[in-house]
Amino acid sequence: MLKTIIPFGPQHPVLPEPLHLKLTVEDEIITDVFPALGFVHRGLENLVNIRDFQQMIQVIERVCGICSMLHAMCFCQGIEEMMGVEVPPRAKFLRIIWSELHRMQSHLLWLGLFADSFGFESLFMQFWKIREKLLDINEATTGNRVIISVNVIGGVRRDLSGEQLRSMLSDISWIEDEMGLLETTLLSDYTVKKRTVGKGVLSKEKAFELGVVGPTARASGIAQDMRMLGYSALGQLDFEPVVGTDGDCYARSKVRFQEVRQSINLVRQAIAKIPEGEIRIKIKGRPAGETVTRVEQPRGELFYYIKANGSKNLERLRIRTPTFANIPALLSILPGMWLSDVPVVVLSIDPCISCTER
Amino acid sequence: MFKMTPNVIRNLLHKKATRLYPRLIRPAFENVRGALFNDVAQCTFCGVCAVKCPSQCIAVDKKAGIWIYDPFACVFCGICADICPAESLHQQSEYRLPLAGRETITLKGEPKQKIEKTTQIPEEENDDSKD
Repeated sequence: MLKTIIPFGPQHPVLPEPLHLKLTVEDEIITDVFPALGFVHRGLENLVNIRDFQQMIQVIERVCGICSMLHAMCFCQGIEEMMGVEVPPRAKFLRIIWSELHRMQSHLLWLGLFADSFGFESLFMQFWKIREKLLDINEATTGNRVIISVNVIGGVRRDLSGEQLRSMLSDISWIEDEMGLLETTLLSDYTVKKRTVGKGVLSKEKAFELGVVGPTARASGIAQDMRMLGYSALGQLDFEPVVGTDGDCYARSKVRFQEVRQSINLVRQAIAKIPEGEIRIKIKGRPAGETVTRVEQPRGELFYYIKANGSKNLERLRIRTPTFANIPALLSILPGMWLSDVPVVVLSIDPCISCTER
Repeated sequence: MFKMTPNVIRNLLHKKATRLYPRLIRPAFENVRGALFNDVAQCTFCGVCAVKCPSQCIAVDKKAGIWIYDPFACVFCGICADICPAESLHQQSEYRLPLAGRETITLKGEPKQKIEKTTQIPEEENDDSKD
C-alpha cells in the first residue's frame, strides 16, 4: 500500500502538551517518525539577562509546571555551590521532603494520564483522587498547590511544624493504602496488560546507546538515578533505584508505580531523621564562576549549567531536561508499531514538552 | 466477579470522594498564598517590593505615595510579603476570584520620609536594591 503521512499532535486528546510527530504509515503500521518541536518556546533561559539571580528562582519554577520544586532546587544548589554556601541540615531535609512529594504527584499525574491513554477513565480518576491529597499537603505546608516556591539561595522559605509533619505522615499512609487498592488494577488487569505488555520495547543496549534517562532507562534495566549522587540530604537516607527488566510500556508503568512507594519511604525516612535548627542562612555577595548541577526529576536526569561573572545577572543558563534525552528513544521504538498503540507508547516516556522547549 | 464485589461494597458504604462544590466549600488552609493585600496606613512606600518582585507587577511612587499592583501579572510567590520592611503587605488565605476584565489596584497614602529603626531592611536586600 502507498505510504500515508499522519500528523500526531500538537493538539491530540491524549497529549497534555504540544508534541508533533509526523508518522509515516503503511497498512496501519508505522514505518518512519519525524518529530517537530518549538510550539511552546518561551525563551526562559534568556531571561537571565533581565532578572537578577534571586528573581530567576521564580522564573525557573515555571520551566516545568509539574516538577517546579526540583528545577528550583537544582538551580539553587548550583548557585550555592558557586558561592560556597552550606545549606543548614534542616533545610536540606525539608527540600528532600518537598521534592519527593513533588515526584509522587508527578508520577500519579502520569499514571492517571497513562490510564486515560488506553481509555481507562475510572482508573485515571482514582489516581488523580490520590494526587489531590498530595496537592492539599503542598497547599497546607507551603501555601501553593503545584508551584510551591519554597526554595531560596541558602535554604528554604518555610518550615514544617511537628504537627504538620505528623499530619503529613498520616496523609502519606492514606496514599499508600489507596495505591495498594489500585495496584492489582494497573499491574494485573487482563485488559490493561493487553495494551501495555510487549508494546514499545526498548532494550538495555539500545537505551544505553541512546542515552535514555529516568524511569524509561530504569524500566530497560539501567540502574541509573541521580538520587544516587546523594545530593541535599539524600546521602543520609537509604536509597536503592527501582529497576525493571522488560523495557516495555508495562515495565515503565510498574517502575513509576513503585517509585511512588519509594518516595513515600524516603519522605518517612526524612521525617524520622529531620534535625532541628535554622532553615535559611543569609547570603552575601554574588555568584561568580561556572557550575554544573544534576538532580533526579520525575522524568529523569535534570542538568543545569550556570555561568556567572559576579554581577547581578547570570551570564548564561543552560537547562537540559529529561524529555530531551528521551525523545530519540521514542523515535527509535515507534517504527514497526500499530498506529493504535502510538498514544500509549508516546505517553509511556512521560513527555514534558514545555520543559524541553523552555 | 469475586474481585469486584468487595470494591462495590466498599464504594457503596464509603462517603463520597467529591464535594458539592458551590454549596460545600473546603475551609482554606492556614498561611495560604492567596490574594495580596496592602495596608496603606502602614506602608512606607520604600519600594522594596517593586524591586524584589520577580514578575514586576508592583510599581511604587515614593514621593507621591502611590502603590500600584497588577494582580493579573502577579504569580503569588509571596516574596514581597516576606520582605516588606513595614509589614504592610500580606497575603490573605482566600484566593482572588476570576474577573471578566483586567484591573489594576492603585492605593494612595501618606509617604513617609524615613523607615523606622525597628523595621530596617536586611543587609542582603540593601545590596540589591541599590542596583
